[in-house]
Amino acid sequence: MMNIDLKKSKAVTGAAAVANAMRQIEPHVVAAYPITPQTPIVEYFAKFVADGVVRTEMIPVESEHSAMSAVVGAAAAGARAMTATSANGLALMHEIVYIAASSRLPIVMPVVNRALSGPINIHCDHSDAMAERDSGWIQLYAETNQEAYDLTILAIKLAEHEDVRLPVMVNLDGFILSHGVEPVEFLSDEVVKEFVGKPKKVYPLLDTENPVTYGPLDLYDYYFEHKRQQVEAMEHAKKLFPRVAEEFEKISGRKYDFVEPYKLDDAEYVMVALGSTNSTIKYVVDWMREEGFKVGALKIWMFRPFPKEKIQYYLNGRKAVVVLDRAASFGAEAPLYEAVKSALYEATIRPRLGSYVYGLGGRDIVPEHIRKAFMDAIEGNLLVDEQRYLGLRE
Amino acid sequence: MPVNYIDMARTFKSNAEQVGLVQGHRLCPGCGAPVVVKFTLMTVRKLGFEPVVGLATGCLEVSTTIYPYTAWTVPYIHNAFENVAATMSGVETAAKSLKKFGEMPEDKKFAFIAFAGDGGTYDIGIQSLSGMVERGHKVLYVLYDNEGYMNTGNQRSGGTPTGSNTTTAPVGKVIPGKVQIKKSIVDIIGAHEGVYAATASISDPADFFAKVEKALNFDGPSFIAALSPCIRFWRIPDGAANSISKLAVETKYWPLYEIDRGVYRITRKPRQFKPLIEFLKAQGRFKPLLSRPDADKIVNALQEYVDKRWERLLALEEATKDKYLR
Ligand SMILES: Cc1ncc(C[n+]2csc(CCOP(=O)(O)OP(=O)(O)O)c2C)c(N)n1
Ligand code: SF4
Ligand SMILES: [Mg+2]
Repeated sequence: MMNIDLKKSKAVTGAAAVANAMRQIEPHVVAAYPITPQTPIVEYFAKFVADGVVRTEMIPVESEHSAMSAVVGAAAAGARAMTATSANGLALMHEIVYIAASSRLPIVMPVVNRALSGPINIHCDHSDAMAERDSGWIQLYAETNQEAYDLTILAIKLAEHEDVRLPVMVNLDGFILSHGVEPVEFLSDEVVKEFVGKPKKVYPLLDTENPVTYGPLDLYDYYFEHKRQQVEAMEHAKKLFPRVAEEFEKISGRKYDFVEPYKLDDAEYVMVALGSTNSTIKYVVDWMREEGFKVGALKIWMFRPFPKEKIQYYLNGRKAVVVLDRAASFGAEAPLYEAVKSALYEATIRPRLGSYVYGLGGRDIVPEHIRKAFMDAIEGNLLVDEQRYLGLRE
Repeated sequence: MPVNYIDMARTFKSNAEQVGLVQGHRLCPGCGAPVVVKFTLMTVRKLGFEPVVGLATGCLEVSTTIYPYTAWTVPYIHNAFENVAATMSGVETAAKSLKKFGEMPEDKKFAFIAFAGDGGTYDIGIQSLSGMVERGHKVLYVLYDNEGYMNTGNQRSGGTPTGSNTTTAPVGKVIPGKVQIKKSIVDIIGAHEGVYAATASISDPADFFAKVEKALNFDGPSFIAALSPCIRFWRIPDGAANSISKLAVETKYWPLYEIDRGVYRITRKPRQFKPLIEFLKAQGRFKPLLSRPDADKIVNALQEYVDKRWERLLALEEATKDKYLR
């Protein structure tokens, strides 16, 4: 777990933490449209702009589709451009989310995770981000407000790395993090500014001396090769992420990786999850360890590119692995479970696997649910092909 | 001093690359769209602006940038079908911000131009366009209006005229083609008030250039709707784009006017008008309509409509004279 110096920290919501990261990054352009629970991020940032705290030009667009379209235009122009959204907003952007990635534009977008309609709901789950998992964006997931802040800053450097040039979604759980108050240790403005540096302009549209054509028609004779390059860029992101994380550690003392193992050394039963639920899982791990159960957790910080090797490294040979998904994939296995299961195909000693879907539409997850899933694993009561549910009335 | 088109022709005759769109593109021979582009960009260049061009998906886009080729010698961006206005809002804002951050010379004189077809403007892109205009981005949005979704094979749009034969509103045994009336897009955009909006025709270069010039010097967003004959689906000879455009103006089908911050001004008042039927008869797309037994009734109704619209324009010109809204 992260060590936060409480004396140096401030109690803030996740939204305020992310908005503060954006203030320190001071992008050239922010185009955004409000949607619960992302709204406070945009509101805080708009106030920074209105008060002249940042020089950023803000475009209060008329929709999320236009927000993503405008940041694509701004990023292509050579500016550092950001936006933020949730659920239906992200779904409305969908078409342009793909275009941003394929145009290799290093846009950083905090996504405050919220259940996708329908039925309409405003609370947390990961269905919004999961619908974009094949879009070509790097996806990071925060457990805490501190992580949401840190990852937003770190993401800029990863996205803009010349061997990566890919957009990044920084996911933080709607309400749980965005509106929940936690201590956050902020870096100084100077340190952040120096860390992110000035964006390198790569083929900027505004270079009239060297005119470029963005977004040409790309048919069967080249499209495939360009998609292959995107695959390659994701590989680069995987290679370079540890280096960027190391640089971030130097300025913050906080260490990031693809995944975070928790009490895994001797653990026989491991739970895998994304986002804020990891805090609850850690609590349950501590509690069950007091009772002598050899349990541990593996938090996924980076979901795209998927850190398959790390999954194999940490899970190979365990007795059982329980994967928690805050999204369903109707007619198929839940997204995180599917990815973990696929990674373990190559494991020399495959653990027993269990899939648990929880928390859809903001349904609360409590320690007893997590304990129950662990107990299923411990009692040998897992079925690889059975999707189970936590906290569901059936 | 207004741009002089003889001088313009001289400047660009031996300097075609400077205009921004060069030969080798794959638009149909005789297509109106590249003329609209060139008239716009020639004016931009002549006035000393550096063009940065955005395109909406459509005939012009697909035909000019088939990877690994491009017919554009100026900065160009295509994002998607419905979002050229939002994309150019981002580009324009980026320039403003980079200047503010001291990362770009203050005096760099850009002209941000969005080109889009009628589908990308009247229909799927109208929200994005309205947003751009409402927020006041300094972008000149040029609609090349070929009155249908031509890239995808002549489907109807909100800009398709009544009675035209399209593949999604064909003239059938029961339904006489498109039954709705073309949207008045210039009025819609003009109603945003803080905007310069105008119609233009490639058959009247002087009027066209003057409007582009006015748009570029306008302190805010601007919009020009240029009629852009489609050889392929209007079923006209490949040398007819100009003469059909001229007929459109002479029959009141495409009146030349502008709305400057709410003030209407008709920029060309033909001394004599031709009957609308001449415009319709000259194009194969109206042939199925004209061969129907009820053709006269429909044509008369359309004639009445363009007459009324002209009267209304005259009245608006009178009523709004010097009454700038902003
Ligand atoms: C979101 C979306 N819907 C539909 C299409 C398919 N499409 C591409 S171009 C086009 C029509 C373009 O019509 P218009 O804007 O009038 O341009 P034109 O081709 O006539 O010049 C359509 C329907 C698309 N590319 N994107
Ligand atoms: S189909 Fe029509 S609009 Fe498209 S290139 Fe040909 S003539 Fe031009
Ligand atoms: Mg069209």
